[in-house]
Parts: sequence; structure tokens; C-alpha cells
Amino acid sequence: MRTKTLVAYGAVIAGVALASALVTALLMNIAERKNEAKNPYVRLVDVGEDDTDPAQWGVNWPKQYESYLLTAQATRTRFGGHGGSEALPEEKIERDPWLKRMFNGYAFSIDYRDRRGHAYMLEDQEKTQRQTKPQSGSCLHCHASVMPLYRALGNGDAMAGFEKTYKMSYKELNAMLHESGHGHPVSCVDCHDPETMKLRVTRPGFINGIKALAESDAPVPQMPSIERWRETDREEPYDPNSMASRTEMRSFACAQCHVEYYCSSAMPLEFPWSKGLRVEETEAHWDETTLPNGEQFYDYKHAESGARILKAQHPEFEMWSQGIHSRAGVACADCHMPYQRDGATKVSDHWVRSPLLNVNRACQTCHHVDEEELLSRVDAIQDRNFHLLQRAGAALMDQLDAIQAAKEAGATEAQLQESLELQRKAQWRLDFVAAENSMGFHAPQEAARILGEAADYARQGQVAAMKANEAVNEDELVENETNPVRGGLTGSR
Amino acid sequence: MTRLGLLVAVLCGVFLGLGAFTFHYGEGLSYLSKDPKACMNCHIMQSQFDSWQKASHHTVATCVDCHLPHAFIPKWMAKADNGFWHSKGFTLQDFHEPIFIRERNQKVLYENCLSCHFDMVHDLLLSAKSDEDALNCVHCHRSVGHGETVGLGKFEPVNSEKMNQVGENDAY
Repeated sequence: MRTKTLVAYGAVIAGVALASALVTALLMNIAERKNEAKNPYVRLVDVGEDDTDPAQWGVNWPKQYESYLLTAQATRTRFGGHGGSEALPEEKIERDPWLKRMFNGYAFSIDYRDRRGHAYMLEDQEKTQRQTKPQSGSCLHCHASVMPLYRALGNGDAMAGFEKTYKMSYKELNAMLHESGHGHPVSCVDCHDPETMKLRVTRPGFINGIKALAESDAPVPQMPSIERWRETDREEPYDPNSMASRTEMRSFACAQCHVEYYCSSAMPLEFPWSKGLRVEETEAHWDETTLPNGEQFYDYKHAESGARILKAQHPEFEMWSQGIHSRAGVACADCHMPYQRDGATKVSDHWVRSPLLNVNRACQTCHHVDEEELLSRVDAIQDRNFHLLQRAGAALMDQLDAIQAAKEAGATEAQLQESLELQRKAQWRLDFVAAENSMGFHAPQEAARILGEAADYARQGQVAAMKANEAVNEDELVENETNPVRGGLTGSR
Repeated sequence: MTRLGLLVAVLCGVFLGLGAFTFHYGEGLSYLSKDPKACMNCHIMQSQFDSWQKASHHTVATCVDCHLPHAFIPKWMAKADNGFWHSKGFTLQDFHEPIFIRERNQKVLYENCLSCHFDMVHDLLLSAKSDEDALNCVHCHRSVGHGETVGLGKFEPVNSEKMNQVGENDAY
């Protein structure tokens, strides 16, 4: 009897103790959750305009800094990046030989690799074999935390300093950068105001470019602040830092560099936006630009054909601006640096990478669809663009063969003029999509349209070269050994 | 009263007191109200609350008007059901982020659209032969209650294990 009572009491005591432990655990859990909502960050060290070392900012904003450091990781998707353990990414120009031939006569035919993360932007630029050719100081505009150096060169005026750098050699400016202690890849201060952490743009190339875009009459529905500025008396030039909305700034910060530009020693770095952002509008800008020696603008003369070629450089911002996401008000950062919930605070993921590696935060915030389905939708878009790109590349190769054959038959430059003009048009479009880092996803229909035009111009150019060939041999039709009418890639679908 | 009995009584008292305090500290009573602020006790719903204030229905409907059945018994059943899963998810932090609505609650939502708008849409519903055929109002009218985005993904702290994994398995 006594034993039974003791056991019963013991059981009650144990039960109550366990229940109390659980309730206490719950209490502490609630307390933790409530604490999450306090103090988003503590400013432990002061940061200012000349602090280009991200580690210093990382003391105040450790979460952003830690994810920023992850841009040193190798990441790969089906169509982009570099996932191997080898030191350097693959050579694109070896995987796609038509790229190498397309860039013949330009440094990109020497060394052109898959991308790596932001952490490598400066190192990769310093080490690329393209440096075996003389390069301009302009290139540091986008590969280093260069603003303090611009200010130093311009005695406090960054714009004036920037305008000096195109005449300097890359090596000279790069040495100055490291000596002044600013040898860092893109850093916090490049996009954030150190006092308020507000997003901002600092790069002179972008500030000039977006001003020219605002002054054009190209419709920009995805940039409402520009449309609003156009309605004003335009006394003050368009200034993104004071006029753009936060959503626009979440794209503009990236558009400081992820754009098409001219970057060499003939004239200052320039974004070709005076007529708009579309492929034919930027082309018209370059067509109407003259080099200091009076010639029509070109980046290089093609080593085989002699055509004056325009080199397109990763026009992500331009391509995005033609896509459905930009139209719907989705900014670069929404997918490439999506917000994360950390306790009760929102943290922007500073590990800038492909959204395909981050589907739940990048896509599922708006698309309530499972991950597999979203990935396969993207893959279908990219796969179609990839095959169209290869087909347009093959068309360009056939055109180059036809020009080669005409030259061997003795065609003059005057006779080949039409074909060379068409090569410039075809290559500009082909490169516009090939160099753009999304395999068409940023604007699928626009990318396909551009590639359709690229293939068409290349074929027209091929026909023009064949006609020039015939003109040389009025009397006898020469069957070209390489049979220029062959179809290139046969359709894979 | 035996000494042991006294001890047990004391322990039970401690437990009750602790439980009562926890209930109070966790704002347990607020969950019996229909004040949207109660739904915001857990900050998971912060973005839903913020965007609801800007959305078209904020003057005519609060959280519970759309998300809970209107009849008494089903309402409290749904409240208990969701209360349990929300509490479990938030305590253990083991739910899918961004948070998605469950199918059961999707049905409740649909019923509540009809409870106000039936007169306007009943012609649309006549063609539905089964539940699967039924229209889902918010498929198109997603932003009437709160913004189009459902919330945030979860923060994953960076650690060396994660850093070493990256790149190996990330090619999809």
C-alpha cells in the first residue's frame, strides 16, 4: 500500500517536472523569438567613403559580409559558371570554336573563359591572357573599388579623375590602385552610402549613360522615375541617386557594370544609351559615333574578313529591360540577391549568384510552384536559346567561309563591302546574346528575335559574298569547294 | 496532509504558475481575438500584414474574414488546427519558407471569396463539375488581400560544411 502511494506520488512528481521543463523551454523559445525583433545591427566601427575594404564593413554587417565572401565559391548551372575544382574555368572559345573565329583579330580570341564569382573580378582581370595586349585603364571602372582613386586623380572630382583614366595603361592604373590600398573587387562602398546604408550608384560611366537614356525618347516603362523626369522642365539632369525609387536602385546598382560599353584607349568609357537600350538602338548609337581619327566607330577589324566589328559586352541590364520580369517591376536583386528572413529581420543575400541555385528564395516568393517545375521551365527557355545561338553561330561561320572564298577568287574590298556591313550587323546581334549571361532567360522572346536577325544577316552576308565571288568570275561560275550553301547545323529538333 | 502530498501540491502549483505566466507572456489570449495584430505576434506574417494594409480589401476584411470559416464551430476548429501548425512551425523553425498556404486553407479562402462575391460570379461556377474544376479566385486575383509575394525565404547561416558543398552538387 505504502509502496503504491509512493510510486503514484513519484509518477506525479516526474510528470509535473517534465511538463514544467517543457513549459520552460517554450517560455524561453518565445523570449528568443521576441528578442529577434530588436536591433537589426550595431555600428561597432565607423566606415566612410574611402573605406574600400569590405572586412571593415563586415564588422558592422556580418551577415551581409559573410554571404558576400561566398562569391568566392565555384558555382555552376547547365549554361553558366564554373563548378570544377580546377583553378580556372574552362575556355569558352575552345568549347565553341566559332566564338574564337568570331573574335579573330581581338584579344577575346586569345583567352575567354566561363565566369567566376564577384570575389575574382579583379584577380581574373589582372591575370587574363588578354593582358598580353595593351589594355586601357578604363577597365578598372568595373573591376575594382576604384572611386577613391578617381577622386585622387581628379583632385576631389571623381568625374574628372575618371576622364583621365582611359589614356592611362591598365598596368599603370592598376599599380596606383594597389599602392593606394584600394586593390579590392567591388565592395560595400560602391553601392551603399556609408552613413545611411542607402543604395546608390557611384560609377561615372553609368551616371553619364543613364542621363543620356533619360534624355532620349525611348520608352522605359520599367524605369518610372525616368518617365516622370521627362515630364518636368528638365532644368536639372536626371540623377538616379536622388530621383530613382528603391526598386529601380535595386537594378541600377548592378547596371553600373552589367551592361554593354566601350572600354579602350581611344575615348572615355561610354555606355551607348543615347537612343535607347534595345539592340538596334545601341547599334545606331555606335554607328553614329566617330573615333577621334574620324572613322566610323568600331572595336576591332576582323582578322579574316577585315569587317569593322562591334564587340558586345555582357548586356544583362539591356536584355533584362526587354523582358517580362522587368516589366513586372522585378529588380536584379529580387532574384540574384533575394531577401531572407533571419529571425525578424530581412537580410539581402549578398552571395550574388544564379537564382537557379536558390529557387525557393529567388522564385517561390512569387511563383507558388514546386522547385522541379520552375527549374524545368527555365531549362526549356535556355535550351531553346542555346540551340538558336549555335545555329546563328554556324550561319556566321558560313558567311566567313564565303568571304574567304570570294577573297581567294580576287574580290576587292569594295566588292565585299555589302557583305562586311552585314557581318558587322550579324556579329553584333550574335555577340549581344552570346555575351549576355542568362542564355536568353532575362528576355526569352527578345533574345530569340535578336538571334533570328543574327542568322538572317549572316545568311544575307553569305549571299552577298557569293555574289561578289561571281562578279569576279563573270565568265565562269566557280563551284566553291566548301559548298557555301550547306546548311550549317542541321536542326536538332 | 502528508509531506509528500504537500510537495506534490507545491510542484503542481509551480507548474500552474509557470504555465499561466508563459501563456500570458506568449500573448495567448490575443489568439482568441480577431485582431490582425495577433497574427503578427510571429514576425513570419510581417510582409503579409504590411502589404494587406496597402491592398484593396484592407477596409472590408481582416485576416480572419478571408482565412477562417465564418460559421462558429468550423471557425474554432480551423483556428485550433492552424494555431497548432503555426506554433509548431515557428517554435521548431521547420516549415517551408517562403510560407505556402495548405490546400485545406485554400478551400476556406475560396469559400470566403464566394461569401461576399457569389452574386457576381455564380455564373462562372455553374460549369464546374467537381471540386477540381472549381475556379480558384486568387489564382488571378492574387494581390487583393495582400501583395503578390508571400514572404521571405529563410536565412541559412554560412558554415564551412555548406561552403564546401557548394559547387559540387549545384549543377542542376
